[in-house]
Amino acid sequence: MGVRKEDDTSAKIMAPKEQEISDEIEIKVKKYLRGEGANLEVLHDKKLKGQLAVREELYGKSAKAAAKAEKWLMPSEGGYLEAEGIEKTWRIKQEAIAREVDILSRKNQYDIVLPELGPYTMDFTSSGRYMAVAGRKGHLAIIDMKSMGLIKEFQVRETVRDVVFLHNEQFFAAAQKKYPYIYNRDGTELHCLKEHGAIMKLQFLTNHFLLASVNKFGQLHYQDVTTGQMVGNYRTGHGRSDVMQVNPFNGVVALGHSNGSLSMWKPTSSAPLIKMLCHHGPVSALAFHSNGHLMATAGMDRKIKLWDLRKFKVLQTITGHAKTLDFSQKGLLAASTGSFVQILGDFSGSQNYSRYMNQSIVKGYQVQKVLFRPYEDVLGIGHSMGWSSILIPGSGEPNFDSWVANPFETSKQRREKEVKSLLDKLPPETVMLDPRKIGTMRPMRKKEKPSKQEREAEMDAAVADAKNSITRKKKTKGRNKPSKRSKKVQEAVERAKRPFLEEESSQKKKQKISEQSELPKSLQRFVRKAA
Amino acid sequence: MKVKVISRSTDEFTRERSQDLQRVFRNFDPNLRTQEKAVEYVRALNAAKLEKIFARPFVGAMDGHIDAVSCMAKNPNHLKGIFSGSMDGDVRLWDLASRQTVCQFPGHQGAVRGLTASTDGRILVSCGTDCTVRLWNVPLATVTDSDDSSDNSVKPLAVYVWKNAFWAVDHQWNGDLFATAGAQVDIWDHNRSQPVNSFEWGKDTVISVRFNPGEPNVLATSASDRSITIYDLRMSSPARKLIMRTKTNSIAWNPMEPMNFTAANEDCSCYSYDARKLDEARCVHKDHVSAVMDIDYSPTGREFVTGSYDRTVRIFQFNAGHSREVYHTKRMQRVFCVKFSCDGSYVISGSDDTNLRIWKAKASEQLGVLLPRERRNQEYLEAVKNRYKHLPEVKRIVRHRHLPKPIYKASALRRIMTEAERKKEERRRAHSAPGSMPRVPLRKKRIIKEIE
Repeated sequence: MGVRKEDDTSAKIMAPKEQEISDEIEIKVKKYLRGEGANLEVLHDKKLKGQLAVREELYGKSAKAAAKAEKWLMPSEGGYLEAEGIEKTWRIKQEAIAREVDILSRKNQYDIVLPELGPYTMDFTSSGRYMAVAGRKGHLAIIDMKSMGLIKEFQVRETVRDVVFLHNEQFFAAAQKKYPYIYNRDGTELHCLKEHGAIMKLQFLTNHFLLASVNKFGQLHYQDVTTGQMVGNYRTGHGRSDVMQVNPFNGVVALGHSNGSLSMWKPTSSAPLIKMLCHHGPVSALAFHSNGHLMATAGMDRKIKLWDLRKFKVLQTITGHAKTLDFSQKGLLAASTGSFVQILGDFSGSQNYSRYMNQSIVKGYQVQKVLFRPYEDVLGIGHSMGWSSILIPGSGEPNFDSWVANPFETSKQRREKEVKSLLDKLPPETVMLDPRKIGTMRPMRKKEKPSKQEREAEMDAAVADAKNSITRKKKTKGRNKPSKRSKKVQEAVERAKRPFLEEESSQKKKQKISEQSELPKSLQRFVRKAA
Repeated sequence: MKVKVISRSTDEFTRERSQDLQRVFRNFDPNLRTQEKAVEYVRALNAAKLEKIFARPFVGAMDGHIDAVSCMAKNPNHLKGIFSGSMDGDVRLWDLASRQTVCQFPGHQGAVRGLTASTDGRILVSCGTDCTVRLWNVPLATVTDSDDSSDNSVKPLAVYVWKNAFWAVDHQWNGDLFATAGAQVDIWDHNRSQPVNSFEWGKDTVISVRFNPGEPNVLATSASDRSITIYDLRMSSPARKLIMRTKTNSIAWNPMEPMNFTAANEDCSCYSYDARKLDEARCVHKDHVSAVMDIDYSPTGREFVTGSYDRTVRIFQFNAGHSREVYHTKRMQRVFCVKFSCDGSYVISGSDDTNLRIWKAKASEQLGVLLPRERRNQEYLEAVKNRYKHLPEVKRIVRHRHLPKPIYKASALRRIMTEAERKKEERRRAHSAPGSMPRVPLRKKRIIKEIE
């Protein structure tokens, strides 16, 4: 660990309150340390060791400073819902909550009924301020959630299957009947992406500015929205799939297939990173926790499974159907099917999800999508008759960082942020299962290739063995000539040497072939092969 | 039941009037930021590229001398000026900001070999091959002085003639004495026309002399018998002598660690020593391809600049084996003297082509006053670049320097030669009895012996 206890020798006996405070700070410091400290004992280079030791100390100090500053920098505390007596939290209705909270929060509970335009799906911007809704029958709208004002709504007059915001609220993409379209905030159609085809689901990788889509034939497309270049298009091989989620921790796109398997893709390879069998029936929904190693999947076999992505093992299985799943910023899981939404929470800290809240919307309304609103204690539900919003205390992150996602952003700040995020745009090669591997050393090969000396020593040993092991029958009648005996010994030595020499010549051949193949094909015939 | 829901009131999070500053809220939680390392790597790559785009180290040249510049001196009390002496006896005081001559000190008949300023900066001492030591009054260089179009000439305060030509001079950092190097080391006082004291060890000319910044009575000299000698004025006899394989052209003491000094040697490298333990060099700084003529430390004590016969100026870190930066121009010929400016941000080189050139110590630094926001951004870019500078893509950009073809080829040749020698030694070692050929580090190998 990079942190060393400062007061080792002095003041060993601390008052109990101080002990508590220091324990609290230790837990917080762990969060900021981002993993274990490096092991410097294996280094032989003293200069490097000294430099790294200084750096590790610096990391410890900065983690401690961040932990201490938390007290003053974080003005708001999170929401909570505590049941008293024999009350259970999942029996508490939204009306009861509405009575207890202030008027601003009550405004976040509403139902919008639009019966003719089909099941609604929605997307929030990363700051939670703007929402894009799409009705199946072609209704697209952008809404400012702070003022509950409609920014723009329009009808595209064909089926819209999915909608997703690009890097900010100025642009959004809609998956329409034949192709996906990109629209401006004012409803102007900017692009028609014909290469993608008729897509089922869209996802946006924010750090890489990549728009990922999966279409009716099971093809996965990645397109860079800043340059318009198609970074990759791959056949998934499993047919049509309409379950797609991007893991925000590492930018990996996960697809759920109808044979119960889940595959994870990166933009630079045509084979999936991981293929895992999750359910006995088709996968119906998928969600990722923001810490990157918790995933929830739901299948038609009436099970919701929670996976640990580091070991790819099931942590917990919950019975129930789920047409849609979503994790909140604080780790609450919303699962819904039919007209019933249930929210599960992990309260013991041991990755054990239990019932937290329930909500039944009007019978007959079919829930299409649930989505937690970032930085607010609000859950948005898109259903067949419009959309609603309910309060879930404790689901949102109370303290936002102005330079990561700012719900109170001005237009100047938005423009600055756009430029800065474009400068920090990651190349598609940085998508990998473990993003912390960047900048680390490649692990040493377990078996080192033997050096020339070692190879020679091995060859000598083999030759000596061959010479000793040769046992010749004592032949008579003129067949035991010394010349024949020495020939036999020579043959045995050559046999022993042959594998070593073959290896050497194959290495040389490999070198030569690689050299040859560097030349363009028309010149290769002029390369003279050395005798 | 107890309920609390996040509710943010707009006035707490936005500003009241447009004259107010925008409110910024921070949350350093790593969970809010995804793929931090990849973002940092991209920033490091961009920072390395930007640094190369903005790397324009040459500030300007000061011409006026009509013969090669042989020596320079800094005035510790006046940061803006620098003295320079040339091979035809011309001594000038330059103003670095306007790059003009403030005044000239005519008088020397032959080449000026050494220049130094006294502790209070009022008196300039110069010595040359005409066997004289001259003391001059330094005029207070004000703006009105430099407005005069005609060069001001100053009459010498005193001229002391002695028996032999002088090769170097240096003044105590805190005192009244100065030392000259010639046939022997002479200690002079300002008011005496003859040396107060004289040291000699061996019969060879002493070619450079330097007083220790921390200890006013200790000085180091180098002689043409390939030795470095350390004298203590209180002892009236030399303290220690170190003989190397090749001659040392110049010595510089580290102003922040006064027990360490670095010697610029004829065999194209600089050797840093701890004056208390002279049997082994602390560090060998290798990168030049021809004799290193002059060396000077930065006032921070963390870097030093060297000028070499191979027409380049290099900046090294005090404990690094290779140079951080190399400066060269087609017009700059053999570099005879270099100085780090007193604020540590410029490097001045005097060369064979009669010009003094001013370079930036950090090639991509933005000169002038930076806003605190700009400064913080530069520091961040520097830090993130240093964190990832060992990775191949970033390293390739950070290490890249253009070298003139003769120097590039000469360094490749030197590498081949040292590699060949090393291989031969390894083979000899492999074919001799184990332990009969001990490995001697380069720090020790170039020293012949140390004498009390």
